[in-house]
Amino acid sequence: MSHWVEVGTVEDIPKLGSRVLQTADGDVAIFRAADDTVFALRDSCPHKQGPLSQGIVHGYTVTCPLHNWKISLESGEAQGVDEGCTGRYAVQVEAGRIKVELKG
Amino acid sequence: MKEKLVLVGNGMAGVRTLEELLKIAPDKYEITVFGAEPYGNYNRILLSPVLAGEKTIDDIMLNDLQWYEDNNITLHVGKKIVNVDRKARKVIANDGTETAYDRLLLATGSNPFIIPVPGHDKKGVIGFRDINDVDTMLAAAKADKSAVVIGGGLLGLEAANGLMLQGMTVTVVHLMATLMERQMDPVSGEMLKQALEAKGLNFLMEAQTEELLGGERVSGVRLKDGTEISADLVVMAAGIRPNIELAERIGLHAERGIVVNDTLQTFDPKIYSVGECVQHRGETYGLVAPLFEQAKVCANHLAEHGIGVYEGSVTSTKLKVTGVDLFSAGDFIGDESTEEIVMKDAGNGTYKKVILKDNKIQGAVMYGDTVDGAWYFQLMRDQTDVSDFRESLMFGQAHLGDAGHGGENAAALMSDEMEICGCNGVTKGCVVKAITTQGLFTLDEVRAHTKASASCGSCTGLVEQILASTVGDYSESTKATPMCKCTDHCHDTVRAAIKEHHLISIQAVREHLEWREPDGCASCRPALNYYVLAAWPAEAVDDPQSRFINERVHANIQKDGTYSVVPRMWGGLTTPNELRAIADVADKFEVPMVKVTGGQRIDLFGIKKEDLPAVWSDLNDAGMVSGHAYGKTLRTVKTCVGSEWCRFGTQDSTGLGVKLEKFTWGSNMPHKFKIAVSGCPRNCAEATIKDFGVVCVDSGYELHVAGNGGIKVRATDLLCKVSTEEEVKEYCGAFTQLYREEAHYLDRTAPWIERVGLSYVKEKVVEDAESRKALNARFIESQKYSQTDPWAERVSGKVAPNEFTPLKVVG
Repeated sequence: MSHWVEVGTVEDIPKLGSRVLQTADGDVAIFRAADDTVFALRDSCPHKQGPLSQGIVHGYTVTCPLHNWKISLESGEAQGVDEGCTGRYAVQVEAGRIKVELKG
Repeated sequence: MKEKLVLVGNGMAGVRTLEELLKIAPDKYEITVFGAEPYGNYNRILLSPVLAGEKTIDDIMLNDLQWYEDNNITLHVGKKIVNVDRKARKVIANDGTETAYDRLLLATGSNPFIIPVPGHDKKGVIGFRDINDVDTMLAAAKADKSAVVIGGGLLGLEAANGLMLQGMTVTVVHLMATLMERQMDPVSGEMLKQALEAKGLNFLMEAQTEELLGGERVSGVRLKDGTEISADLVVMAAGIRPNIELAERIGLHAERGIVVNDTLQTFDPKIYSVGECVQHRGETYGLVAPLFEQAKVCANHLAEHGIGVYEGSVTSTKLKVTGVDLFSAGDFIGDESTEEIVMKDAGNGTYKKVILKDNKIQGAVMYGDTVDGAWYFQLMRDQTDVSDFRESLMFGQAHLGDAGHGGENAAALMSDEMEICGCNGVTKGCVVKAITTQGLFTLDEVRAHTKASASCGSCTGLVEQILASTVGDYSESTKATPMCKCTDHCHDTVRAAIKEHHLISIQAVREHLEWREPDGCASCRPALNYYVLAAWPAEAVDDPQSRFINERVHANIQKDGTYSVVPRMWGGLTTPNELRAIADVADKFEVPMVKVTGGQRIDLFGIKKEDLPAVWSDLNDAGMVSGHAYGKTLRTVKTCVGSEWCRFGTQDSTGLGVKLEKFTWGSNMPHKFKIAVSGCPRNCAEATIKDFGVVCVDSGYELHVAGNGGIKVRATDLLCKVSTEEEVKEYCGAFTQLYREEAHYLDRTAPWIERVGLSYVKEKVVEDAESRKALNARFIESQKYSQTDPWAERVSGKVAPNEFTPLKVVG
């Protein structure tokens, strides 16, 4: 089972930035790209669990603040030669309001 | 409709051009490639290790057939282009295939020079150029016993070594008295010869081949002096000649090579040419580095970006014979206008010679210990004035200042299991494997694939050495290295453009300089943010999203995602009230660890991000401000107690330390910056390993700069001596500002000063009073916009607290 949760507006997140959605299952990082596309990933780098929400966002990629792994915002997969993947959440934006699909 | 690009020559230069082109204009051309050899593109430099049995053909493939398919490139292997109809713009292959082009790229490479002595066309006489030659040699090595290699140059020696390792008795016949005389001087050439003789090679020096003997097959070699050597195989390695056969046939202007201009365009504007077949400004090249530089420029023009000029290359050489380490670059012989510095230890098998002209390196030759080859080469390419460190030049880069972490400097002698990169645990074997299996050529590529030298960088020299000995001869100049993958511009160009064109935002810089990625990347964004702020302190607006998280939340991120907080303690002084406030905060927020830092401050660890504003509210109430322990900025001013208490103290070092900290705190810098003030030459504050250090003496103040206590310990250089505190401040401001204005982002003062030279800094800060005062004034001006406590702003609510609060909490 899953359900959609409204978490806030696009304007709540800085452009090329991220905010955290705290859930019972752990933190979810909500990202806003330069073109206002919104993504949601588990806030944990597949490498050493660094908080991706604290990284630098560029294009549809975030660079982890701990060891500079680059994680695709679209797939959650590590880019380049690094291998690993972090959980991805479906996102809907309607009239500037962000909804994220959570399990349970 | 896409335009049509035809590449003739499926070798390293041509395909590298395609790779560069696909990076910047992937959809511009429909590409067709003709290669005479029946393979994909392979790394020709690594044919020697294949011959030596250290690698296989599969190991050295750079682009397999799948790559061509993936990039929609039509590849015709085993087809030779025999003609080009330049009017109708089509190429004609030997099987009659005709292909039209809008642009034609000739990368026909070179041919081995076969000396036209009688018998040169017998069976068993070959060059050393392609996979076919290697196959012939390997087959010969199975059946036959003896081989003669004609030519004791780089290629000849590698061929001879390979054949010997395959079990043949090999004699090298060399016309000159010195082996590799184009790369070696007589001393190092002799050391090389002895080392190779010890491995089992035979040499006949100053020997001219007169005739190749035998019937249909070669059976021996006769020299001019009458000596005859029997040989089942003769390898001609007397040099290469640019392959201009096709160019000449189609009437394209060629001299020794196909003549091209600085954009790699031939005399026919539709036809470009790169690689060993090219003659540029009178030079032809047979090494890989120039080909890659040409490929980059050529691709840029094929993509019609119209920037990028090829201005010729300076090359260096490595010999790929396992266990033999030699390096050579530039003019290593010298003349009456040059000086030479030589260091030789025959017992240890090492020899170094550097040729200087006006204190600039003209060339170098090294045998045995080559770890500093890349460094000398860099100094040579950049024409750095070495007078400031001339006395230690021969001891190598590690001996500038003092030694530090590591100490291993001979990669060739390391076993595969030995750890190269202590930060990321990468072994030598790992690096070599990545280079050969992934076809890597540059330091950046090795870093990306293996992480070796990608963290602290202290093993960069070793990695470069492994890279050089594995791929041959490719290295880049850091001076002109692009900032990151988003641009071809280097740091200096970008900084100059920001100043010249009044660019006050990151966006403006990216647009003006045509960045490839609209958002930039995690590497260039913080650099650009710094550059615009440093150039236009009053106008540029800080972009928090382009700062590393530490600088965004004004605290240090830790491995578990919590933060550490360091309140400022001016000059390392504190009070009972401050200590009580710190203790209260530690209690209230259940801080798991409190630690004294190396810079005389107190560090509170394990603070949750959302608690940061509250922690700071309490600390602010006690009168404390951020210690900037997280920033590319002034960190700490470390002091000793000085004349106020110490019986040896000559000046008030604590008082001066506090003044310097009040003066410099908050400043944006290319990297972290540390200051210390010691009250006497006993130097208890360790001022001589700081970015700016003051050592008080009875008559005044010694000012020391560009020290570093980190990865590589570097003692400071003495800048000058002054007599008043006011002067200390002025020199400090001027030095800091020069560093702020001219260093590359993420350069500490130590590498910066090693690049620009102490003399240059003295010229700007010490000798020219006007320049010093102007620098200091600019520093004071920029400080007006920097000295706001970030926490006071946040606690007071002037800055939105978004950064610290979750967007939402559910469940």
